[in-house]
Amino acid sequence: MSDTVASTVQPAAVEEVGEARSLGQDAWRSLRSNAMFWSAVLLIGLFVLMSIWPSLFTKTDPSFGNISNVRATPSAEHWFGTDTQGYDIYARTIYGARASILVGVLASLTTLLLGGVIGVVSGFYGRWLDALLSRITDIFYAIPLILGGILFMASFPNGPNSNYFIVVGKVVLVLTVFGWPTIARLMRSSVLQVKPNEYVLAARALGASPWRIIRSHILPNALAPAIVVATINLGVFIVVEATLSFLGIGLTPPAISWGVAISDALSSIRTYPHVLFFPSLFLSLAVLAFILLGDAVRDAFDPKSR
Amino acid sequence: MSTSTTKSAIPESNYKAGADGLLLEVEDLFVEFHTPEGVARAINGVSFDLRQGETLAILGESGSGKSVTAQAIMGILDMPPAVIPSGAIRYCGQDLLTMNQEQRRKSRGPEISMIFQDALSSLNPTFPVGWQIGEMFRQHRGMNRSDAYAQAVRLMERVAIPGAKDRVKNYPHQFSGGMRQRIMIAMAIALDPAVLIADEPTTALDVTVQAQIMALLAELQEERQMGLILITHDLGVVADVADRAAVMYAGRIVARAGIEDLYAHPAHPYTRGLLESIPRLDQKGQTLAAIGGLPPNLTRIPSGCTFHPRCRMAQDICRTEEPALRTVGNQQSACHFAEEVLNG
Amino acid sequence: MGKYIVRRLLQMIPVVLGATFIIFAMVFALPGDPTSGKCGERPCSAEYVAKFREEHNLNDPLLIQYGKYLGKFAQGDLGTNYYGIPVKEDLAKRYTITGRLAIMAIAFETFIGILAGVLAGVRKGRFVDNLVTVSTLFVISIPVFVIGVFLQYLFGIKWGIFPATVPSLEASTFSLILPAFVLGSLSVAYVARLTRTNLVENLRADYVRTAVAKGLTKRRAVGVHTLRNSLIPVVTFIGADFGALLGGAIVTERIFNIQGVGGYIWKGINSRDGIAVVSTVTVLVIVYLLVNLLVDLLYGVLDPRISHE
Repeated sequence: MSDTVASTVQPAAVEEVGEARSLGQDAWRSLRSNAMFWSAVLLIGLFVLMSIWPSLFTKTDPSFGNISNVRATPSAEHWFGTDTQGYDIYARTIYGARASILVGVLASLTTLLLGGVIGVVSGFYGRWLDALLSRITDIFYAIPLILGGILFMASFPNGPNSNYFIVVGKVVLVLTVFGWPTIARLMRSSVLQVKPNEYVLAARALGASPWRIIRSHILPNALAPAIVVATINLGVFIVVEATLSFLGIGLTPPAISWGVAISDALSSIRTYPHVLFFPSLFLSLAVLAFILLGDAVRDAFDPKSR
Repeated sequence: MSTSTTKSAIPESNYKAGADGLLLEVEDLFVEFHTPEGVARAINGVSFDLRQGETLAILGESGSGKSVTAQAIMGILDMPPAVIPSGAIRYCGQDLLTMNQEQRRKSRGPEISMIFQDALSSLNPTFPVGWQIGEMFRQHRGMNRSDAYAQAVRLMERVAIPGAKDRVKNYPHQFSGGMRQRIMIAMAIALDPAVLIADEPTTALDVTVQAQIMALLAELQEERQMGLILITHDLGVVADVADRAAVMYAGRIVARAGIEDLYAHPAHPYTRGLLESIPRLDQKGQTLAAIGGLPPNLTRIPSGCTFHPRCRMAQDICRTEEPALRTVGNQQSACHFAEEVLNG
Repeated sequence: MGKYIVRRLLQMIPVVLGATFIIFAMVFALPGDPTSGKCGERPCSAEYVAKFREEHNLNDPLLIQYGKYLGKFAQGDLGTNYYGIPVKEDLAKRYTITGRLAIMAIAFETFIGILAGVLAGVRKGRFVDNLVTVSTLFVISIPVFVIGVFLQYLFGIKWGIFPATVPSLEASTFSLILPAFVLGSLSVAYVARLTRTNLVENLRADYVRTAVAKGLTKRRAVGVHTLRNSLIPVVTFIGADFGALLGGAIVTERIFNIQGVGGYIWKGINSRDGIAVVSTVTVLVIVYLLVNLLVDLLYGVLDPRISHE
């Protein structure tokens, strides 16, 4: 369709070939004017701030339970009400952001790193190394994330006084172990798509080192889709963390997290729905923000979808 | 082949060509695309007509509006973003633009038909070619599946696909580029249309195959006395087949002539530029003259003569006054200096 | 085609071995004493413990244990659980109910998901499209267990339309509707989004323009020419999703107290019943891989450009 509507309607692109824009600049241009992108960024910024300095948002101590005032409905003093143990739900929800954001961000980074390296090596070097790494990827891909998470967390349960960061670290570890194959498969196929291109062949013929070829030719082209998926996965990881907490094997009290709060509140859903509502809302907003961000970035990098 | 498909079973056409075989009249057609970047004026007052048994070539670079013209005639523009603010496209005297959707749909195939540039992407990859050809008969004639397949074999044989009977159930990707274009042609002529539009039918093909496809088109046109509109940017392709040619630039027809005159005595600088950019054996060793610059941005069409920013002969008048299409000798040209071009 | 299937089946072998070993290793790292609670209030006698450990090869190194387990597994012996009941018997019953649940969830995915996606794609930018986009995002961002407990409360308890829990092994199809819907809810949303994206992309394809130029009705141009191509990736997704459904069944079955595979795994984990867990999960992984192979073959049927020769 070289001579159809598209080429007729967008002669602007033709006219400006002189100052050719890179894919990245092009994507940024379209992101800049995307309201969805900015709302996602704003929400994520808010949640990140919440997880770093929760005290900016509330002066109430989240671990102070007032037994004489449980399950209070929202009021001026307790904006979101209080939960089954008299904790202030607003404060708990603010402080709960840290666990979810930490788990999501760390697990996304580690899966991106592990999956990325394995995918690139597998796609770039090929032959037996590819066969081996691809089979290993298949093995971990064959175990559903939530199932692997349950088995792992049940095998290495938290003690009553486990260190917060060790518990978070364990959840991140299991999400990494069973979450990297998606990224690795994606990276491998991107690399295989980029590799036969003539500029890569030319770089090879000119004797560029493999690392240089990967860094300057393969990565810039293969990274965008992987980052998009990692961003969307971030939301998935937050949900899996909450699910593990729901099953009682993820983060456990006294740790404060949305998952823990939701699973506590579920038992009293009939009588005190507001206890469930606020942590669920925050969790869903966080997941939504990352999905929207991923979607926006993907649309920006994929001119076909415009 | 089933006997139910003889000529008598074919529904009588509601359309009759006018006196002197007039089939199609496009009159002062405008097409715009409303995009976020602004309004792109793709077609700006195009007029031409087509008679039975005649081949009209529409020439121009990509973005000149020739494909949009074809799609407007077929009624396959996406509206929106496309808008047709004014103009008429009359087929056998009836304005296609004022017809209802259903009448218009029924005219596609039996009356007016179209061949596209890239046969691989224009054929559905997931259905056998014979199924896709036969679909014309099933949709428009209510034929059953096996009769439709029989018709497909007949048509594939007509467009000289070797082993048509065995290959009727093959998929598009199993054919070569030339064979795929033959399948597109078979599909387009299936219902004996009066008008056939071929949009860059040979651009994606090798040179030797190009000649074969053009010969096939010419042969079919002769045999069925179709009116053929041949859209191309490649002047070499049409020289032997076309009767007349219209040259488009920035959504306007800037020159119109019989095909011999167009080649021998171009009356518009743009036509001359196009001709000079064809490689010629008798001028071996010389630099090819390309037309400098790029076609204009259709959201910001230059004032005066749209071609003036790229024209070597441009004068002050060209920047301010838009030249009308006027008769010069036995052809037409929209250039203030048409006589000079013709005689120089 | 036959050659392709054989090659794929051979490739499956290392994957099954690797995946089951990982599971085996994780499960047998389960802390706690497997004999605790088996002998009433008192700790078990040393004799009993020794016999138990011997029977279950618990004294061997992990790899040997795994090898012995695998040998039995290959002969169709899935071992006995700590209550002395052959796992195979348990599994047959439980896979029936989970299988029904998963198939119903897939039916929801296929019908509701594809229908919503097609409506949204065909009416891009209109009300239906926005409705589908917003509601799918809504479903995706709320954890399944919240949706599950909420719907259970609403339909099961408050309105009493469906049973709130389904503990019977011979549950009726009607009683499984709500759990199956919850299990499939996330995938319904994904399928709708995927269908919409593909449809919108394919509607711009050259061959759809050809279909219109052929004078086909809009219904035919979209329903026949566009839909088929758009559904190929959707079929793949649904197939690949089967594994996730079986995993997600643990959560759904816990909410609705269903005695399926998920419930079995969960019970096995809590009672440190390693053999039961490993055998269940191994069967699950094999089922998952076979379904994926089936999907790949189906892909070849749907898309003639893919050749399995």
